Amino acid sequence: MVVGAGMVGAACALYAARAGLDVVLVDRGPVAGGTTGAGEGNLLVSDKEPGPELDLALLSLRLWGELAGEFGTAVEYEAKGGVVVATSPASLAALGRFAAGQRAAGVVAEPVEGDALYGLEPHLAHGLPGAVHYPQDCQVMPALAAAHAVRASGARLLTGRTVTDVLRTPGGAVRGVRSDHGDLHAPAVVNAAGTWGAELASLAGTTLPVLPRRGFVLVTEPLPRRVRHKVYAADYVADVASDSAALQASPVVEGTAAGPVLIGASRERVGFDRSFSLPAVRALAAGATRLFPFLSDVRAVRAYLGFRPYLPDHLPAIGPDPRAPGLYHACGHEGAGIGLATGTGHLIAQALTARTPDLDLTPFRPDRFTEEAA
Amino acid sequence: MTERPHLAVIGAGPAGLAATVAAAAHGLRVTLLDSAAQAGGQFYRQPADGLRARRPQALHHQWRTWERLRDALDAHVKAGHVRHLTDHHVWCVERGADGFTVHALLGPEQEEPVSVPADAVLLATGGYEKVLPFPGWTLPGVLTAGGAQAMLKGTLAVSGRTAVVAGTGPLLLPVAAGLAAAGVKVAALVESAGPRAFLRRTGALAAQPGKLAEGAGYAARLARHRVRLLGRHTVVEAHGAERGGSEPQGRSGGEGPSTRRPEGPGTARLSTPAVPGTAGLSTPAAAPGRRTTHMLAAVTVAALDAERRVRPGTQRRIPCDTLAVGHGMLAHTDLAESLGCRLEGTGVRVDDEQRTDVPGVWAAGETTGIGGAALALAEGHIAGRSVAARLHGHAPDPRTWAAAAKTRTRLRAFSAALDAVYAPPAHWAEQITDDTVVCRCEEVTAGAVREAVGELGAGDLRTVKLLTRAGMGWCQGRVCAPAVAGLAGCELTPSRRPFARPVPLGVLAHQHTHPTGRGSS
Repeated sequence: MVVGAGMVGAACALYAARAGLDVVLVDRGPVAGGTTGAGEGNLLVSDKEPGPELDLALLSLRLWGELAGEFGTAVEYEAKGGVVVATSPASLAALGRFAAGQRAAGVVAEPVEGDALYGLEPHLAHGLPGAVHYPQDCQVMPALAAAHAVRASGARLLTGRTVTDVLRTPGGAVRGVRSDHGDLHAPAVVNAAGTWGAELASLAGTTLPVLPRRGFVLVTEPLPRRVRHKVYAADYVADVASDSAALQASPVVEGTAAGPVLIGASRERVGFDRSFSLPAVRALAAGATRLFPFLSDVRAVRAYLGFRPYLPDHLPAIGPDPRAPGLYHACGHEGAGIGLATGTGHLIAQALTARTPDLDLTPFRPDRFTEEAA
Repeated sequence: MTERPHLAVIGAGPAGLAATVAAAAHGLRVTLLDSAAQAGGQFYRQPADGLRARRPQALHHQWRTWERLRDALDAHVKAGHVRHLTDHHVWCVERGADGFTVHALLGPEQEEPVSVPADAVLLATGGYEKVLPFPGWTLPGVLTAGGAQAMLKGTLAVSGRTAVVAGTGPLLLPVAAGLAAAGVKVAALVESAGPRAFLRRTGALAAQPGKLAEGAGYAARLARHRVRLLGRHTVVEAHGAERGGSEPQGRSGGEGPSTRRPEGPGTARLSTPAVPGTAGLSTPAAAPGRRTTHMLAAVTVAALDAERRVRPGTQRRIPCDTLAVGHGMLAHTDLAESLGCRLEGTGVRVDDEQRTDVPGVWAAGETTGIGGAALALAEGHIAGRSVAARLHGHAPDPRTWAAAAKTRTRLRAFSAALDAVYAPPAHWAEQITDDTVVCRCEEVTAGAVREAVGELGAGDLRTVKLLTRAGMGWCQGRVCAPAVAGLAGCELTPSRRPFARPVPLGVLAHQHTHPTGRGSS
């Protein structure tokens, strides 16, 4: 039983089904109705420093490549590569050191300077000191990817059902969920509720401190392809890792197969506040036009927002919860959930079928925060 | 002397004009912003000066009311209490700690930014036409009913020689009458409600002798022009033929030309055009890659049974080169939603004073729910009086607008009764073939929408959009949302559109580096 039909839940359903399990996927809304539907579909290694998240990203990218071969163009997968741009000599030096560490961890990171940079991205602002090219960065259309993964899984999909309780045996083991349409029994329940994962954890009598971090994405009118890669300024990495609640907005700029340029995304901690924020989209526009001056004359046709699910140490929770036997967590991926979904689903399937996981799950243990609190 | 408090009124149609005049008369300074070159909105649309219309009033009723409003506006402008900003396309209203900032784009290209600070805002942004698709609806020659009317009022010209007017709603009668008066042969008026239902004297309808007379007047004019009235009928398909040719091509024109970016910017014109020539649902000028151009040649109409389903075997073909089609109106609520105003149904929710639930924001006219020009005038008047009192620091006395309030009550009941009479055919979505394009900006077919719902787990407008791109294009779903909702079997929920119209990134970026005083929260 997977709760949450976003990209992570879809991947859990897919890999669990392929591991031979009978899967039911439940969501209170439609497929991809939460953060997945508000994401850009970044499959990035470029923004990750060496460590468990990067290992998960590398595993996930390999699996994404396999899925892309299977789903074809239906999920708009593009191995377009990323270009991280330094905006000053100092930031170029810092970026160089960051990339060297990534290379040691298995990332392809190629320094580019001068004409080579403008060969990669001809419309970048003039006079930039240099960049690093990450050919492994990719993109998918997240809602389509989630929908096709669910369909390929063959899982029984129950949308429009709200989980109101997690059923447990007298001994404390999880045995299913209660929904507004009746009880659903299963010996294992996967919490793939994303930003709302804390609620599900508390229904199961346990805790997981997932909190929302709001992001806006700006979408332009359709254009002929002028931005070839995922392009962002080196400050972005610092924004991602920041613990500040204030607005950060060093944007990732990219063209899409359908034509519009996506500019995302701001980060701010304001709870589940759905109101529109002109300051956030102005900051995105300012950052994007600094990188690509031609965008000044291009029109934004819409902006949308989503809530990234973040945990205090910016790592997701993946694996069984020893406090509630039968409960597994697969949430808290912050802004990287699409990219990390495949690896997460694969690891969850291995845990559900009692096989040795391909990665050590220790850094992702769901109960790591209770120990800290104690 | 202290400066008058400042109200920004957005929209210069009946509601905005009535509000502006009332507010200025009661001590406010008013900035009236509107995207058109002249005041009047869609209802009092004026022929361009250059056309030198001799009798524009022939195309309008309530011409007297319009003249009074126009003269009052002119007087307030002369006195310096009202500033009327034409050609201002408002894309967002920002709420700040000490008031509001109205952000607009100026000029034919809508590139020059203008910001207007204000103490209060009145949204009179009107409505736009709802059109439900059918096979062949993208053929050149198919227009919205409102588009046809706008061409009559604005340019005194019409495009075709033989027209069919179809759909449902009170707009169809004046459109058919107007076309007939302009010399077009109106082959039929196809209304999915029964015309007798409209004229039946019951309840709220019977309390509207003026409105009934208006309807009867149109009916008489149509009879004079020998226009066939087909009540409880619907258009099931439009047929094309090669330009100049006579062989009908079935619905091969269904894969209509892209409307990815209309010839000028501006979203509203897709349904309620501001510029002649863009009135059509089709954009014949922009048909890249099409080898032959098919034009509308005929429509197939069919009778509806008591349950408003198409009655088998009743199909018949009517040759025509113009089809004006409309299925009622929807409220423009983009600005209200970005401000956080609560909606009720598909309109902005207001109280007895026309206040929204966001302090400092009033709304009047079609944006609060479709009800016609007379209701908009009453609501605008009340709103203007209320803002004036509130900005002067006291509660208004509703007795001062008792007449307008009475009119408002009566007309709201009337429009609720009309809503019950006019309705598209039941299960109209069943008539739409899988290859019919429903979202024209992104060229999404009915089949793709059905697949997203049936096989990919979409359950609402937003996920259908994500999985099919329906509603992601230039018009942002304003045109196709009712059709997509009908096909998907989900509710027509207003989608959030933070930008009421597309805005250059350079304008946003400049405001980041050069913040304006107000609205900087």
